[in-house]
Amino acid sequence: MDTVWIAMIPAILAATWRMATPLIYAAVGEVITERAGVLNIGLEGTMLLGAFTAFAAVYATDNLWVGLLATLLVGVVVGLVFAFFTVTVKANQIIVGVALNLLGLGLTGFLFRTLFLGTKNAVRTVPVLNIPVLSDLPVVGEMLFHQNLMVYGTLLLVPVASFVLYKTAFGLAIRSVGEHPRASDTVGISVSGIRYAAVMIGTALTAIAGAFLTIAHTNQFVEGITSGRGFIALAVVVFGRWSPKGAFWASLLFGVFFALQLRLQAMPDLAIPYQAFQVLPYAATIVVLLSLRGRSHAPSALAIPYEA
Amino acid sequence: MSDSRSDILALAEERKALSVEAPASGLRRRWQVLLWSTLGPIAAILAAFVVSGLMLLVAGFDPLFAFATLLRGAFGDLRVISEVLLQATPLMLIGVGLAVAFRSNIWNIGAEGQFYAGAVLSTIAGIYLGMLPAVVLVPLVLVLGFVGGALWGVLAGWFKVRFGASEIVTTIMLNYVAIIGTGYLVTGPMIEQAGTYPQTAKVAEAARLYRFLPPTRLHIGFLLALVFAVIVYVLLFKTSTGYAIRAAGHNQTAARYAGIDVERTVLLAMGISGGAAGLAGAIQVSGLTFRLYQQISPGYGFTGIAVALLAGNHPLGVILSALLFGALRSGSEVMQISAKIPSVLVFVVQGLVILSVVSYGVYQMKLFGRLRVAKEG
Repeated sequence: MDTVWIAMIPAILAATWRMATPLIYAAVGEVITERAGVLNIGLEGTMLLGAFTAFAAVYATDNLWVGLLATLLVGVVVGLVFAFFTVTVKANQIIVGVALNLLGLGLTGFLFRTLFLGTKNAVRTVPVLNIPVLSDLPVVGEMLFHQNLMVYGTLLLVPVASFVLYKTAFGLAIRSVGEHPRASDTVGISVSGIRYAAVMIGTALTAIAGAFLTIAHTNQFVEGITSGRGFIALAVVVFGRWSPKGAFWASLLFGVFFALQLRLQAMPDLAIPYQAFQVLPYAATIVVLLSLRGRSHAPSALAIPYEA
Repeated sequence: MSDSRSDILALAEERKALSVEAPASGLRRRWQVLLWSTLGPIAAILAAFVVSGLMLLVAGFDPLFAFATLLRGAFGDLRVISEVLLQATPLMLIGVGLAVAFRSNIWNIGAEGQFYAGAVLSTIAGIYLGMLPAVVLVPLVLVLGFVGGALWGVLAGWFKVRFGASEIVTTIMLNYVAIIGTGYLVTGPMIEQAGTYPQTAKVAEAARLYRFLPPTRLHIGFLLALVFAVIVYVLLFKTSTGYAIRAAGHNQTAARYAGIDVERTVLLAMGISGGAAGLAGAIQVSGLTFRLYQQISPGYGFTGIAVALLAGNHPLGVILSALLFGALRSGSEVMQISAKIPSVLVFVVQGLVILSVVSYGVYQMKLFGRLRVAKEG
């Protein structure tokens, strides 16, 4: 038994980063959106739309770049719609988010059943980068040196997002609009413009998170494939204290629970019902949120529409 | 916070704002409010149908044929009408409960899980307490359903009050926990004797609701849902508890200064909305399915959100919007079979309805803001 467990560790570690990857893309995107003062709880729907778009585009063209570009485009359009209702119409952000989740679920289900049901639906996937020798290192070899390119992409995404948010005028504008929109407006920053941009960056990255599920992690679309990851990403943002780096580490923590869930479910000789593992990521999300009491640093203007 | 005087003034403003439903400024204004608040939902539904009709057209379906099939599937004869009422029953209960939560500014997205919690508890009673007479068992099953859902809801409320955890995320996570937990029960300890399907045994005869319109399946649960809506209406608008719930939703600080225990209203709102969803679960089991299985809810908890919002979070309005969404759900099943259009389209229509309603709400507020200013100025 012990040796079985030890043998599983490299695989669990590798799966941790892989399972954290969609959370990282979505949560970093949501960090940028929320720092601008907009709460988008429609991540789940956005992710589903991204997952379906990537799948359908790669299915049609057999080209991964087309898949990713189409995903980005759909992500930006979703952001445009969300920002129109929340920033221009100034509707309640939570309600619009709920609508977005329903639309994502309904549209992807409708299109999938109309276009793909009964077809052989496997697509090409993002290639794995295997670094010889290093990937054979004990314990961490597989995790660090044998992953698909979108997993490594998170190593690029997090520093870039941090740089934009903390070292550029645009990032400063995002943060100021989220903390004190009135003051930002007074110094000539377009509150609406910045919020539109921040929302669209967020949904584009969230759509990419969905694409990861269909063209990298697996090679097909399944209805409801996101299984709550969009909501878990919301908790990741809180746990990561609204910073890209924090979101990265918080995602890895949740990645552990997903990885354990996968591995333990596959263990045939365990006397524990598989639902006990299935429930892990969701229960862990609650526990993590409870452990945060009194330590949240939400942007001051979060979820409040700005009345010029 | 230090300037309590301005807060008291703010509170006076809140009281004024809260009395909008029965404005003192006369009958004409009352009619105006009624007219505009009825036009809105109708326009929202029309907009949703136009957009989804365009979508069907693009996807290569005939939208007119689709909608005609939907209508026939919802209102064609007595049997399908009774099915609409059956679909509307859980939506009505859940929608009424959510209206209470949303009014107190609590974003309970967990009605789905609360529905399961209620269904589980009532199924346990319905199976294992089958020796009790119906006159005892039926009320017991219903009460336990309410209690199960209420506990599941209050748990998320407690997380919010005690630990500051956002109820949006915790209620959604508790949905997964409840559904997976139900999956465990129906494949493990509570699986039917034959053990063929992942479902429980049937509940005892004495635990089942009376079907009053044979040969249809229509049961007294539908009538209970109507009564429940009226009770919640009275609670919300005619009692001080209801006032506290609405005031806390409107402006927490002002409510606190008025001596309202905001934490208590959070728990209360979660308890009522969770209990309503749990009662819906109990009624579904004891009135319709007679047993528990993992897919017992096709997303009632989420449709319930659209139901409450379309009704402007008014318990009596929920009766109408639940009937509408019940018809939509029931009709879409028929549409799927005869027009081959996937019934998940219903979620798209729901999303569109919510977007239209919420946009109209903002517009309406602006409109009435102007009306009031014009009158006073």
